[in-house]
Amino acid sequence: MLDNSFLIAMYVFVLALFAGFEVITKVPPTLHTPLMSGANAISGIALVGALIVSGPMGLTLPTAVGLIAIILATINVVGGFMVTDRMLQMFRKEKKRDQ
Amino acid sequence: MSDMTFTMTDGISAVYLITIILFIYGLHLMNSPATARNGNRLASVGMLIAIVATLLDAGIVNYTLIATGIIIGSIIGASFARAIQMTAMPQAVAIFNGLGGGASGLIAISEFMRLNEAPDTFTMTLSITIVLSILIGIVTLSGSLVAFGKLQGIVSGRPIQFPLHRWISLLFVILIAAVGSSLVITPNETVFFVLIAACLALGILLVIPIGGADMPVVISLLNSYSGLAAAAAGFVLENTVLIVAGSLVGAAGLILTRIMTKAMNRSLRNVMFGGVGGTSESKDISEGDAREPAREVTAEDAAVGLAYADTVIFVPGYGLAVAQAQHQIKQLANLLESRGVQVKYAIHPVAGRMPGHMNVLLAEADVAYDKLFDLEQINSDFSQTDVTVVVGANDVVNPAARETVGSPIYGMPILNVDHSKSVLFLKRSMNPGFAGVDNELFYKDNTMMLFGDAKDSLNKLVQAVSEED
Repeated sequence: MLDNSFLIAMYVFVLALFAGFEVITKVPPTLHTPLMSGANAISGIALVGALIVSGPMGLTLPTAVGLIAIILATINVVGGFMVTDRMLQMFRKEKKRDQ
Repeated sequence: MSDMTFTMTDGISAVYLITIILFIYGLHLMNSPATARNGNRLASVGMLIAIVATLLDAGIVNYTLIATGIIIGSIIGASFARAIQMTAMPQAVAIFNGLGGGASGLIAISEFMRLNEAPDTFTMTLSITIVLSILIGIVTLSGSLVAFGKLQGIVSGRPIQFPLHRWISLLFVILIAAVGSSLVITPNETVFFVLIAACLALGILLVIPIGGADMPVVISLLNSYSGLAAAAAGFVLENTVLIVAGSLVGAAGLILTRIMTKAMNRSLRNVMFGGVGGTSESKDISEGDAREPAREVTAEDAAVGLAYADTVIFVPGYGLAVAQAQHQIKQLANLLESRGVQVKYAIHPVAGRMPGHMNVLLAEADVAYDKLFDLEQINSDFSQTDVTVVVGANDVVNPAARETVGSPIYGMPILNVDHSKSVLFLKRSMNPGFAGVDNELFYKDNTMMLFGDAKDSLNKLVQAVSEED
């Protein structure tokens, strides 16, 4: 039963990898740093998992570990998206007037 | 978690689908600088949706603890993101990679502890995914911290290798495999902590022998691992949004890793275990005796060539980032353009310490991105260029990569600056680049060397060019 759902999870994993390859191959080199930090913010999705393991009531060892995971993942998510935005707002095209 | 009502689970899964769509579309918008900012925003909205949906889960009731974690994390994350300098972006990405990986590893640790309270709840699949998740997550954490230390200058940027390094690393791999298998068969708390400690050690052992100029590869690889760690945690929790988002990031990191190793003409294996650039540092200086000395010039001499050129290409390297001279290069470019000189920038894929490092620095200095050109785009332009100004780069313009069979950098794609009519090197000294290979280009007739800190030299050039008639 669990193995069946594991297999489905594998399908999802592999297909998402291919989707990732397709989408990201098209990113130009000039955006590689923002791509990296943006993708990194997305890997902060671990926050969802951290919320799940911290979910049960009370401060037990598992939820305490979960709390640390929440803090780390939130830094990753908030910092990652903000710093990416800071970088991307600096990218501009040459204004048409001169040259 | 399987005793939840079906409707709630279904509802949350449906919302996760929206998140996944926003992530993929957001990454898709990253394919142009014009739309990338919106892409990043869409992805952050997707993240927010996933978090809110998860909090609606009936099994999540520990609100005080969760709020505490989110508030602390948000404050630290936001202040870090505001304070960090653009020149320190490689360090920032390294630390974020580590945090993401660490969070994923901790999820698996927490899940192990919870299940271990009633050991018969473990299944084989679950145990395997927990072990893998801890392995990837914790290696990412400690490896990223070492990478951060190297980039920040806390740990030496030179490759650090001690006797039997590879054998010790291998020993740890075997230890982790053994401990991991034993945990899958019988969960045991002590063995579990051995696993965590061994994974921490392995991350350090893997990154510490890698030198500074190979950092673009290491950061890309750790970026990929941080994604795979999230995906592995997704397997542990059977959570689709973690699996999909994690593997998207895993794919992104792998693509960047591949681009970086190709740009250095090295295999990943060679970067990880080659330890390039620590040994032969000064032997080539004596070899230089036999040939013409390099021609050292003053800023005033160099300025004449620049001021009366028709076309100038700037080639920035890591030295530009170290000197934080991105604004000065832009100032010089503005001055030249106002005199009618056509200015372009040539960016080698591995210039700097992470993919796209130079592009971000120049963007900060307000250089338009359509003036920045990749290797393939610009290499044919050098032969029609009057002056190529190399600022703090070396190996990526060394003709030995094209001509000297047997050179450590032979076969690496380089910018053909030697084809231009003249070359001006802004360098701190005659020292060879990271690979420890002497650069013949320094000694050519049409090459000028302007020694000094990149920022000072550029300032002097600005001064001297503005004094030309």
